[in-house]
Amino acid sequence: MLGITGYGAYIPRLRLSRQAVARANAWFAPQFTPRANGARAMANWDEDCITLAVAAARDCLGAGEDRSWIRGLYLASCTLPFGERLNAGVVSEVLTLSETVEALDITGSQRSALSALSAALAKAPSAGPVLVLSADLRQTRAASAQELDFGDGAAAMLVGTENVIAEYLGGGTVSVDFVDHFRGSDADIDYQWEERWVRDEGIVKLMPRAIAAALADANVAAEAIDHFIFPSAIAKLDAQVAKTCGVKAGAVADNLAAVVGDTGTPHALLMLAQVLERATPGQRILVGQFGSGAQALVLRVTDSIDTFRPRVGAAGWLARGVEETNYTKFLAFRHQLELDRGMRGEQDKKTALSTLYRHRSAILGFVGGRCSVSGDVHYPPSRISYTPGAPAMDTQRPYKLAERHGTVLSWSAEYLSYYPSPPHYYGQVDFDGGGRVLMEFTDVGHGDVESGTRLEMVFRVKDVDEKRGFVRYFWKATPVHDTAVPVEE
Amino acid sequence: MASGIKDKVVILGMGCSRFGERWDASPEDLMVEAYVEAMSDAGIGPEQLDAAWFSTHMSDVGTGRGGLPMSIALRLPNIGVTRVENFCAGGTEAVRAAVYGVAAGACDIAIALGVEKLKDTGYGGLPVATVGTLTPQWYPNAVAPANFAQLATAYRSKHGVDAGTLKRAIAHVSVKSHANGVKNPKAHLRKTLTEEQVLNAPIIAEPLGLFDCCGVSDGAAAVIVTRPDIATSLGKRELVAFKALRVATSNGWEMHSSQWDGSYFHTTRIAAKRAYEEAGIRHPRAEVSMLEVHDCFSITELVTMEDLFLSQEGAAVRDVMDGVFDADGRIPCQIDGGLKCFGHPVGASGVRMLYEMYLQLQGRAGPRQLKAPRIGLTHNLGGQPSQNVCSVAIVGSLS
Repeated sequence: MLGITGYGAYIPRLRLSRQAVARANAWFAPQFTPRANGARAMANWDEDCITLAVAAARDCLGAGEDRSWIRGLYLASCTLPFGERLNAGVVSEVLTLSETVEALDITGSQRSALSALSAALAKAPSAGPVLVLSADLRQTRAASAQELDFGDGAAAMLVGTENVIAEYLGGGTVSVDFVDHFRGSDADIDYQWEERWVRDEGIVKLMPRAIAAALADANVAAEAIDHFIFPSAIAKLDAQVAKTCGVKAGAVADNLAAVVGDTGTPHALLMLAQVLERATPGQRILVGQFGSGAQALVLRVTDSIDTFRPRVGAAGWLARGVEETNYTKFLAFRHQLELDRGMRGEQDKKTALSTLYRHRSAILGFVGGRCSVSGDVHYPPSRISYTPGAPAMDTQRPYKLAERHGTVLSWSAEYLSYYPSPPHYYGQVDFDGGGRVLMEFTDVGHGDVESGTRLEMVFRVKDVDEKRGFVRYFWKATPVHDTAVPVEE
Repeated sequence: MASGIKDKVVILGMGCSRFGERWDASPEDLMVEAYVEAMSDAGIGPEQLDAAWFSTHMSDVGTGRGGLPMSIALRLPNIGVTRVENFCAGGTEAVRAAVYGVAAGACDIAIALGVEKLKDTGYGGLPVATVGTLTPQWYPNAVAPANFAQLATAYRSKHGVDAGTLKRAIAHVSVKSHANGVKNPKAHLRKTLTEEQVLNAPIIAEPLGLFDCCGVSDGAAAVIVTRPDIATSLGKRELVAFKALRVATSNGWEMHSSQWDGSYFHTTRIAAKRAYEEAGIRHPRAEVSMLEVHDCFSITELVTMEDLFLSQEGAAVRDVMDGVFDADGRIPCQIDGGLKCFGHPVGASGVRMLYEMYLQLQGRAGPRQLKAPRIGLTHNLGGQPSQNVCSVAIVGSLS
């Protein structure tokens, strides 16, 4: 059997109140005030497409250390931070996959996540399990519809032939150069054409063709679809397409517009992840996405569906949201509002690439060294151990810290250095099982950190070398979430 | 066991520039100020200097690298000038090198000079330093106040001290140093503060406020050292001798193992024990008359009192509040204002601490002169609580 064997999601913690956005822009764009309901997911300053993808991958893979069984890593996105430097290659190092994995970036259209899924389904039977990741962090113009409609997020799908939880039944694709929006290679923000044309001439005509092809390939009748997944920022368009295709109205999956927004490339997979969390055996899922044509796949939920659980899952991430009402924070995080950094913000962040390569396992994979004699854990790993009185040499073995929890020994939050989201929290973290690292804390607010606070690790942007366009990544600590905080809608 | 340096080396002369925001002075000017005073105090000429050690921390601001800046600024007679750098403890390192050079017999008269020009950066606080190519890729872009502030969180949780009590105790540390600094004409900050002012100051790094942080200052200090017999032959009397000079350097244990609890300085305890042993001091609380410690932040001074065994562990809060370390207390600390108010030109600070001990032991400290001090201790720390260089020097009248 071929299909999906696991899934994961990631929705950033901050949920920007659309009302706050509309209120700030009402003097300029009053037309948005009536529709400004709910919230959109807003990445923290230290998140980008790579870190979002890593978070979704970890949600899918869990804490297991041996990931050598993953044979392919496909990263689909239209907002990859690097135009050249394999973005999936960064993710592969971070996830400590085997160096023999086939890692590739798939980009160019909003449906590239489904293209990646389709490619993975073709690859997995011969090569072994393929991890499909998708993430987007889209720049929008202030006071635009996209600013309100879009959201940031990521999803992961594991494709393989064993322990399949959703069997692949068939797919259909239509590749047409229908330019509803575009972005030149030197631009940050999409250029959008008229919504009515996009809807009536594009989506309503092209999407049903791909869906019909997929249903035919799967030999499934439209009315037999239990979950119809079709992301669109255009209100009620999902229901319209479903109706056009003969899919029953009750099958239309929630597109998360009220609480997340349209995340772009990953959105179909994010919705699929959410559907899989509550799907029951035998149910048929149709997942489609529009972009330079259209693509759709049909899946059937298997009896094994309950054998898999993501670490947090879409529902869990939704529950962790914290409302953000500060619109200028959003603009600043997106580099659309230039705040005065002071002279301390002038520091050169040039990264020595040779150093990064030499230490890539420690920096990207967060792999320390555990002394095989004393059991002491060292980060970064070193040839000689610190063990008092017994500094053994060349005894350290790779020891991954990324999936371990830790505890705050000491901390501070300072206002002195330039930091994009002050105050800057950091402190000493003692890892379960040994090892201590002075780490930055992220996704924290006042009162979240005290000596003894339990922490988990997240992979984030550490510094941005704006002069040369390089991004430096590392791991940060964030409080372990035991209790769900509901989002105010 | 090495015999140590006790009474083998004495101070021939010392000088110290006025510390502060010395907009008027280049680092070379500051060096000249300290040097001229030291040479005049010693009563010697440049040709009598055999070797020099030069401490400066920041390479990118101030003097630049190497021994040349000192040799050129002071037009030294082509003697060896070696730059030493050990974070904020570099000043004492320069002294240690000079003292060891004399004790070894390699030179008769040596000079150690420290200087830092911090106020040419264009912003407040310490300049942003570079730390190699690997560290910036994983280590937080940490600043000194937040590194040291972590002592407070760890100390609170270890000793069960509530945040308000500790905040008041460290406020007293600063109030005391400000009271002392007023009496020092060379000090950077010469203004009294109330506890309320300290408590209500803007937060720099939780829980440290503005007045929990020391001054960032320009300045220079110099010491000329020699053997006791040479000092005597030059007509010097009532000599101030080195009793001990010890350094302990972190090896990563505090930073990377989970054994250090974050509330104290491992190196200070080691350096203090070694120094007391070298000096023959058995009961520090009874024998140390006065001290200058590395009070870069108020919390640093408080925990250091325990690490130097002058307060019992967990008792520094009470001792500080009881005024044990006030000017009129049992063991006056930071009688010159300390880093807090005399100021902290990084490379010079260790030498500046020694300057106050020297003046006090010679009865030349003016309005802040203590009554008959016998043993003075300086504690000079570089780095941060989790990894640092700590030096402890003990001086007193030549036995």
